[in-house]
Amino acid sequence: MPIEKEKLIEMYTTMVRIRTFEERALKGFTAGDINVVHLYIGEEATATGACANLRPDDYITSTHRGHGHLIAKGGKTDRMMAELYGKKTGYNKGKGGSMHIADVDIGILGANGIVGAGIPIAGGAALSAKMRGTDQVVICFFGDGAINTSRFHEGVNLASIWKLPVVYVIENNQYAESTPISYAVKIANLADRAAAYGIPGVTVDGNDVLAVYEAVGKAVAKARRGEGPTLVECKTYRYQGHFEGDKQTYKTKSEVEEWKKKDPIPRFRKKLIEMGVLTEKEAREIDQKMQKELDKAVKFTEESPFPAPEETLEDVYA
Amino acid sequence: MKEISFMKAINEAVDEEMKRDPSVFILGEDVGKAWGGAYGDFVGLFDKYGAERVRETPISETAILGGAIGAAATGMRPLAFLYFVDFMGVCGDELINQLQMRYMLGGKIKLPLTITAYIGAGVGAAHQHSKSILGLLMAIPGLKIVVPSIAYDAKGLLKSALREDNPVVFLEHKMLLRLTGQVPEEEYLIPLGKADVKREGSDVTVVAISFMVHRALAAAAKLQQKGISIEVIDPRTLVPLDKQAIIGSVKKTGKLVIMDEEPKTGSAAAEISAIIAEEAFDYLDAPIKRVCAPDTPVPYSTVLEKFWMPDEEALIKAVTEIM
Repeated sequence: MPIEKEKLIEMYTTMVRIRTFEERALKGFTAGDINVVHLYIGEEATATGACANLRPDDYITSTHRGHGHLIAKGGKTDRMMAELYGKKTGYNKGKGGSMHIADVDIGILGANGIVGAGIPIAGGAALSAKMRGTDQVVICFFGDGAINTSRFHEGVNLASIWKLPVVYVIENNQYAESTPISYAVKIANLADRAAAYGIPGVTVDGNDVLAVYEAVGKAVAKARRGEGPTLVECKTYRYQGHFEGDKQTYKTKSEVEEWKKKDPIPRFRKKLIEMGVLTEKEAREIDQKMQKELDKAVKFTEESPFPAPEETLEDVYA
Repeated sequence: MKEISFMKAINEAVDEEMKRDPSVFILGEDVGKAWGGAYGDFVGLFDKYGAERVRETPISETAILGGAIGAAATGMRPLAFLYFVDFMGVCGDELINQLQMRYMLGGKIKLPLTITAYIGAGVGAAHQHSKSILGLLMAIPGLKIVVPSIAYDAKGLLKSALREDNPVVFLEHKMLLRLTGQVPEEEYLIPLGKADVKREGSDVTVVAISFMVHRALAAAAKLQQKGISIEVIDPRTLVPLDKQAIIGSVKKTGKLVIMDEEPKTGSAAAEISAIIAEEAFDYLDAPIKRVCAPDTPVPYSTVLEKFWMPDEEALIKAVTEIM
């Protein structure tokens, strides 16, 4: 089925919004206004293509590299930036920062500072959706690093035997911190592990937003029909270090250059222009619009107050 | 009133809450038809509520507790049965990093979930099935911790735990499971955070936790014969801790002994003792005493295990030292 023009433009806008947000976050980090960040630059097609299949009442669990997921699920860049700056107006009132950034109201059950920790939580949310008799679906994002944690095994197995409505999206960005995935596993495609749990596994080009959209779309539809989980591996690449300040000595120049040729944003933009969905001018206007949106987000953040120190004591218990 | 076992009290509490609230459900290992929980906590509930609400899991502690968190964050009230509290080591991440979700998200969600698990030595199960780790659990922000000692408390407290909007760890000492006690026919609840005076006395305050309440009561009866009057306070919940009940008793007796079945270092007894030293020092006429286990793993052999567990004699000795 052809994808509607509006949807395509929306996806392009989301990808540009993510990158622009991350570039501003990098500025904030460099200026010393933001503490710890793990940036999503280069992986925009994965979050965007995956979340474009979701309804507002669907859930996602995210990771330490979670800004892209939040934006793709509908998070507002001003409240996100405010959280990174530790401001009171941030999504988490300054209590979570980058590694816990989330808007629960749009179904985000947290970014997570622990690799793989979202996997069992996503299963629980999917179980809840099923028990409450809704047809909500959960997308569980995690990186290639998470695939070797015990919770991947426990969580995916449980979701499989209970046929839970969850879609596992592996963002294989080639590195778990500094360790290449080629060192950490003996298989070429991480989605092959799905066979061990009796669920479908599919590997796609994670830098091709339409390929991600289509593969995750099938998995979401299957989950919504009550037919259980799918493992979707998106092969992509992170342009930044694991964290900002990482010297990235483990990457080679040629490898970086190869992946830059596959940069998901110029690639999708070119495609949309070829398809006649956007003109060069219109694409540029979207880019400029995102710059303006982020100007506003940063202004909002800078003008926002810090929380009162005593707010430390609030929100421990309901 | 009726006479039922501690375990039956737990069974009735879960049954009543599952009947009352369709969002309450059980997940854990061996909770289903065959066993109904390792020692039978949930016997009959599978037949009554079915596999949908009494969810037997594979051996996957991380998926159980992580799953409970995800379900609680999205509108359900899971009871995660974790077997022995020792197994919390397997899902340590969920315990120390994930259950604090509400705080990290700026207070925007509630996590109404209850974890039940067995604690305690006395059955010759050795180190990996005999610990209580109460001090360890108290040190984790965001949890509530329930340590009932009798059937009446177990039922009323578990019903409250299942209605709580926060993570609650409900701990059942293995030596208590078969003990019977009086429980009302009609429904009742016991709020978390209210201590109970299990025996009134005037000379020494003994704060005893879980199974230790029974050993403290036995020791108190013996000490009475020597003319020493012991007040036994059962905190019932360690978080929230009913500090005022303990301070009130110390004001009366001027002496405090804490009996807690776990290694002394970093124990619940250590924390309670620090609180009283900090907040009620002026009422103390003698040093605070802690009757705890030695700082060792839990041994297996009956002889060694008996030596390891705090007993009546140890409590009598501690009381005598400060009289």
